[in-house]
Amino acid sequence: MKGGRFWAWVVFILGAAYFFIPLIATVEFSMRMRRGAYSFDAYQIVLGDPRFQATFMYSVIAAIFTIILGVLIVVPAAYWIRLRLPQIRPIVEFITLLPLVIPAIVIVFGYIRMYGSNSPLPFLGSDTGTNALLVIGYATLALPYMYRAVDTGLRTIDVRTLTEAAQILGAGWGTIITRVILPNVLIAVLSGAFLTFAIVIGEFTMASLLNRPAFGPYLQNIGANRAYEPAALAIIAFVITWGCMSLIQILSRFAPRSANRPN
Amino acid sequence: MADPFLSIQHVRKSFGATTVVQDFNLDVEPGEFVSFLGPSGCGKTTVLRMVAGFEEPSAGKIVVAGKDITRLKPNQRNVGMVFQAYALFPNLTVAQNIAFGLKVAGMPKADADRRVAEMLDIIKLPQMGDRYPYQLSGGQQQRIALARAIAPKPKLLLLDEPLSALDAKVRVSLREEIRSIQKKLGITTIFVTHDQEEALSISDRIAVMYGGKAEQVGTPFEIYNRPATKFVANFVGTLNVLEGKVTDAASGKVQVNTQEVSLKGKLNGSKSGDTLSLALRPEAISLGRQPGRDSSLSGEISEVHFLGSVIRVRVGIGGNTVSLDTFNSPATPPPAVGEKAEISFSSGDMLVLH
Repeated sequence: MKGGRFWAWVVFILGAAYFFIPLIATVEFSMRMRRGAYSFDAYQIVLGDPRFQATFMYSVIAAIFTIILGVLIVVPAAYWIRLRLPQIRPIVEFITLLPLVIPAIVIVFGYIRMYGSNSPLPFLGSDTGTNALLVIGYATLALPYMYRAVDTGLRTIDVRTLTEAAQILGAGWGTIITRVILPNVLIAVLSGAFLTFAIVIGEFTMASLLNRPAFGPYLQNIGANRAYEPAALAIIAFVITWGCMSLIQILSRFAPRSANRPN
Repeated sequence: MADPFLSIQHVRKSFGATTVVQDFNLDVEPGEFVSFLGPSGCGKTTVLRMVAGFEEPSAGKIVVAGKDITRLKPNQRNVGMVFQAYALFPNLTVAQNIAFGLKVAGMPKADADRRVAEMLDIIKLPQMGDRYPYQLSGGQQQRIALARAIAPKPKLLLLDEPLSALDAKVRVSLREEIRSIQKKLGITTIFVTHDQEEALSISDRIAVMYGGKAEQVGTPFEIYNRPATKFVANFVGTLNVLEGKVTDAASGKVQVNTQEVSLKGKLNGSKSGDTLSLALRPEAISLGRQPGRDSSLSGEISEVHFLGSVIRVRVGIGGNTVSLDTFNSPATPPPAVGEKAEISFSSGDMLVLH
């Protein structure tokens, strides 16, 4: 038993070292801008750069629209599949996994071919159209995470009986979704939303190929031309992602407890 | 005769090639409490779901208060329903759950609050309004579900095995409470159950269902004492079934094993030589000869179970075994296994199952 515990600790320490050493090295390097002393100069430069603020805001807005689009598509779809079409669930799960299999570059080239300025749907003919296409692309990329989060949330409640209980009390579909289903899967939806946010903030391929002023291409641009700032940016991006993950953990504690499964 | 309040007429329901309800007919009077009793898969819940509007009949119609509701959506029927799994909304408090239907109907908040308080009083949980469903026991949750169902004053109350998920003690107290609230409000109620004791104890009438059909509809007394079919006789209550052979149809003589009993006037249609199934409820049988009992059979005691106030005795009569209960008497020791015994009964209590 003692030997087993020793090796468990060895594996744990090796894993933690593999994860933390590059992170610590990056933090350490990002603070060495001033010769001979540690400082936050690189962070000050990055955070004070107007391009950082503009691209970051652009990506935040894109993330918000992506989350709205994702929720509008995924919540009713996942709900309806659970309620009325459980037999097609494996097919839908497969479709939602496709964005993990098909590289983003393939999707974006497909978009460029399909929605060019000469196509019947010329999304790429205007800035607004291109922005909309980027959001649609992001919603596709985030689909596996959003669908799984919502579906897991729906699994914790008895969708069919709650729907029928609301129906028999006179509720229509709008009331059922907004007052019964959505509040009970809200935490799951928010989990999906934060995962989407984390994906969108760092996304490079789509934003770059659609020539959008997003945070991902800015990160790449800085990385190619500066020494200490990219490390500071990497840490900032890491903190944002970890912040999102922590929020998911915190929010999950407030999930409504099912009447049938009190704990 | 006045029109029934609920009329289910020639209703049939098929799922693909499988017919789960066939030609179901039932009229329910205003304020009546009718139970659908039957084993799993007999179609009782499907009929209830058709009345609720969750399933559409393949044929037939459902009329409530003179209005055909067969094609109406569930939210247009003004029907209340209590589910087996409580189905309280986990994100809403008890008061919000009860007020849900009132809010959907557009009732002003002050009126809705008054109605919620009234409902909480009726179910005897006046202090629970601010609690969430997960903070309540199963019995309390089901009472809230009942309050939520009756708060909008539905025309009809449907109870889909509401006591099945509860423990035995709560089940008994809650069924009595349901019946008392139903009587107080005078609401026409359909109660689905597979528990015969539940159905017998609280119903005005029972529809015993089997194979998608109502085998018999009658009062609990009729269902228990005059079962119309072999299935009803076997399903409701404990029954001793004896195989017999008609020896003289004219005088009503039937041979059980090698002994003869007289069933004059009960053998309608049977001929001499026919084999019959004869049924006796345990409470209709006495151990030993008793005054007022005109028939008897002899056998040997095969089992004795001491259950405290009651002693359950099984008597073997040829290839048949008869079960009967006798009261415990401290002065008299219980019979012993292997003893010869005589059982007596009134031939009028014997049921001939066709």
